[in-house]
Amino acid sequence: MELNPNVPSGPLADKWDTHRFACKLVNPANRRKFRIIVVGTGLAGASAAATLAELGYKVDAFCLHDSPRRAHSIAAQGGINAAKNYQNDGDSVFRLFYDTIKGGDFRAREANVYRLAQVSTNIIDQCVAQGVPFAREYGGSLANRSFGGAQVSRTFYARGQTGQQLLLGAYSALSRQIGKGGVTMYNRREMMDVVVVNGRARGIVVRNMINGAIETYAADAVLLCTGGYGNAYFLSTNAMASNVTAAWRACKRGAGFANPSFVQIHPTCIPVHGDYQSKLTLMSESLRNDGRVWVPKKQGDTRHPSQIPEDERDYYLENKYPSFGNLVPRDVASRNAKEQCDAGKGVGSTRLAVYLDFADAIKRDGEEVILRKYGNLFQMYEKITDSDPMKEPMMIYPAVHYTMGGLWVDYNLMTTIPGLFALGECNFSDHGANRLGASALMQGLADGYFIINTSVAHYFGSTALEKVDTGHEAFTKTAAEVSNRIDRMLKNSSGGPEGKVTVDEVHKQLGKLLWDNCGMARNKEGLEHALAQLPHLRQTFWERVYVPGAGRDINQSLERAGRVADFLEFAEFMIRDALAREESCGCHLREESQTDEHEALRDDTNYSHVSVWEYTGDDQPPALHKEPLQFENVTPTQRSYK
Amino acid sequence: MSSIDLKLVIWRQNNGDSLGDFETHVLRDISTDMSFLEMLDVLNEKLTKEGREPVAFDHDCREGICGMCGAVVNGIAHGPEKETTLCQLHMRKFNSGDTLVIEPFRSRAFPIKKDLMVDRSALDRIIQAGGFVSVNTGGAVDGNSIPIPTETAELAMDAAACIGCGACVASCPNGAAMLFTSAKISQLCLLPQGQPERKQRAAAMVAQMDKEGFGYCSNERECEAVCPKGISISNIARMNREYLKSTFFGR
Ligand SMILES: Cc1cc2nc3c(=O)[nH]c(=O)nc-3n(C[C@H](O)[C@H](O)[C@H](O)COP(=O)(O)OP(=O)(O)OC[C@H]3O[C@@H](n4cnc5c(N)ncnc54)[C@H](O)[C@@H]3O)c2cc1C
Ligand code: SF4
Ligand code: FES
Repeated sequence: MELNPNVPSGPLADKWDTHRFACKLVNPANRRKFRIIVVGTGLAGASAAATLAELGYKVDAFCLHDSPRRAHSIAAQGGINAAKNYQNDGDSVFRLFYDTIKGGDFRAREANVYRLAQVSTNIIDQCVAQGVPFAREYGGSLANRSFGGAQVSRTFYARGQTGQQLLLGAYSALSRQIGKGGVTMYNRREMMDVVVVNGRARGIVVRNMINGAIETYAADAVLLCTGGYGNAYFLSTNAMASNVTAAWRACKRGAGFANPSFVQIHPTCIPVHGDYQSKLTLMSESLRNDGRVWVPKKQGDTRHPSQIPEDERDYYLENKYPSFGNLVPRDVASRNAKEQCDAGKGVGSTRLAVYLDFADAIKRDGEEVILRKYGNLFQMYEKITDSDPMKEPMMIYPAVHYTMGGLWVDYNLMTTIPGLFALGECNFSDHGANRLGASALMQGLADGYFIINTSVAHYFGSTALEKVDTGHEAFTKTAAEVSNRIDRMLKNSSGGPEGKVTVDEVHKQLGKLLWDNCGMARNKEGLEHALAQLPHLRQTFWERVYVPGAGRDINQSLERAGRVADFLEFAEFMIRDALAREESCGCHLREESQTDEHEALRDDTNYSHVSVWEYTGDDQPPALHKEPLQFENVTPTQRSYK
Repeated sequence: MSSIDLKLVIWRQNNGDSLGDFETHVLRDISTDMSFLEMLDVLNEKLTKEGREPVAFDHDCREGICGMCGAVVNGIAHGPEKETTLCQLHMRKFNSGDTLVIEPFRSRAFPIKKDLMVDRSALDRIIQAGGFVSVNTGGAVDGNSIPIPTETAELAMDAAACIGCGACVASCPNGAAMLFTSAKISQLCLLPQGQPERKQRAAAMVAQMDKEGFGYCSNERECEAVCPKGISISNIARMNREYLKSTFFGR
């Protein structure tokens, strides 16, 4: 597998301009001759589909929801970063670049991150022009707040619903193109495979989720914008339908998968409370501005928090990290919460929670001020847990949130399969080993509005593409493989459920295996154990899973089964990647690699690279390739928050 | 943690062409900490284990924001709690022994797909008719060069908060989509960016509503009562003004 990142030469600040000038163009009259498939209509996909259609390309867009407006991007709460320096507090493109590279623990590609910082300012302008109702100051200018990992206020927001408003903006641009006929929208279609003809991506196979038909679509380029794979863990903050299928199928067709073990665990989520639980709810990171995190000093202390006197409480973040206190980055906060619970100091009925206490802030600022700041979050918490954070401390625990790993892409966002591009959370490119808050939305929109148009034009302009339609044997063959796989999943449906397991039961087992062994902290022994367990779990799935209903019908059990089958295969990549990376960095702690004070210890000599995994066959271990990372404009330093 | 027993009377329908009917199930030991959808998950696991087909229902975020979930519970869209989507409704709001009648959102413009799942793509087509600002990517002016007073931005945001769930349609005796449509029209006509297309937008979106078979508002206020995002019917009044302006005073 050849890994050429195609980073333009020259000074960092000029690379994007140099590149855009060097790229081939397609003249407006010729654009309508090209057809582009966009899979996924979250921030990345909706913005890409709209932008490409505006330019004159013919776009076919697909999503598994009933409407593009439902994509998981809708749930983002906090905000979106941009280097506008509206607050005159010293922000700049270079500072946003630097914060992002450092936040990712120096495991991202410099050139991509710099470009992200550069186009960030255009994103805000674009969204304002669309009518996104960002928060405003009294003078009418745009308001900003600050977010973890940054000392400037560069986060733009629309109440606690930033992702919703940004997505609705992109959705409206997409809707306009659907109305005009530039985009043909296919709702409720699940992509099942990529079709590769002569080494190039030329189409996809989808399942029509309403009637079960297997459909094929051909195009000149395929864009995967299908989001992250956090649901491999069963419980996560991701929407229920988020999955790895599209990316994994592409991987099986030859696309390299980068850093699959880089998973962000968010520290402030509502803890798990029962085995029926289906997903976890995020509580915005901003709560740590005023909430104090603590656990009882004594192990197994079951007293009500109000009964635990001050000197029997351990404010462990403030004690351990005096200069950052409760505002340490996500990875540090998450690891420390786990450490406390592992040591038997967890609280609540499951003992897998720590307190986030607002009592001091309420005493200091008064109830009114605190309610104004956090009222809607408190309400949401109360709705779910039936407990009022104004009266007793919240209980929080870390949860799987965001995947930094994804399909490997070069500077053009192209995967190792020519003609196949990956955008947004689906690619690996900009966040390194840890993502700072408010930067995923930024990346999704940067990719879709401002980067992919250049890449696609260059690809079409510099490639001789043969004519291919869905009659080509590659389409019939891939479609037949998809059908066979579905039949295999349904084969246990006959004869009733006796002795069989449900899809969710297997998914829960996989989730627990990954969470316990490939979660916040990992070690060789645990990872090897998990790797050894996977084949059993896969066997259980294929031999015993019971999928009720038929294939030619709406069948939500079958949909879940397909996704879980792919998680079961893909999990091996996650575990192998975690095993190979014998260093701690970002969100990922290898227990073998710690400082004397139990902090994550990075190893730049041996691991300053992107790990790219190549699928080599169902019963073969994948092959590891490395893209070395070069830092010419920043010096990797040990992160310290003491 | 306490638990309750429930009787579910739930709508089953194989597809849009077949006839549907109610089916009764008894669920015991439902934890009151569960969300309504988690309760349905439990029912579905039980049905699967019994070799029966689970109940199809739409959902995704389970955080009250994607607008994909929704059913009518005891006659109320999204259930009895105010300003709450079905996924954010918790079982502690019910008592042991309660009977819950669960039906899909019903409306002429929302054909039933299966069980509790309906097709709400008519709402998308209303947006496609004009629910946007016609601006291409690239070349937008600096965001701060379009100053917007806080109150205006807040009012626009109040309207923009609609999640497109369709509960307003399902609860309206006329099957009107006016709360939904008026929310988008309001958001854009309040903001300076929405001015150039203001008249065409109102006319085109209202015409599309008609075409999709939605009815008209007769001030029943049922929509406002069930809207999980507290969208106000004052938006409908604003929409009517916008529409009148677009027809009487021309473009
Ligand atoms: C609770 C929460 C809060 C967050 N808050 C923030 C925040 O404040 N700031 C921030 O920057 N980031 C935040 N994030 C992260 C951010 O929301 C996501 O990373 C980002 O929205 C991903 O966008 P996307 O376009 O790449 O993918 P998604 O929005 O996940 O879209 C994926 C699309 O792909 C489609 N799809 C998937 N698989 C298939 C398939 N096989 N076939 C067909 N279609 C498919 C789906 O239908 C969907 O349209 C948050 C995330 C969560 C979970
Ligand atoms: S107006 Fe309210 S009820 Fe109607 S679609 Fe929007 S959020 Fe749902
Ligand atoms: S599942 Fe998204 S609003 Fe209920």
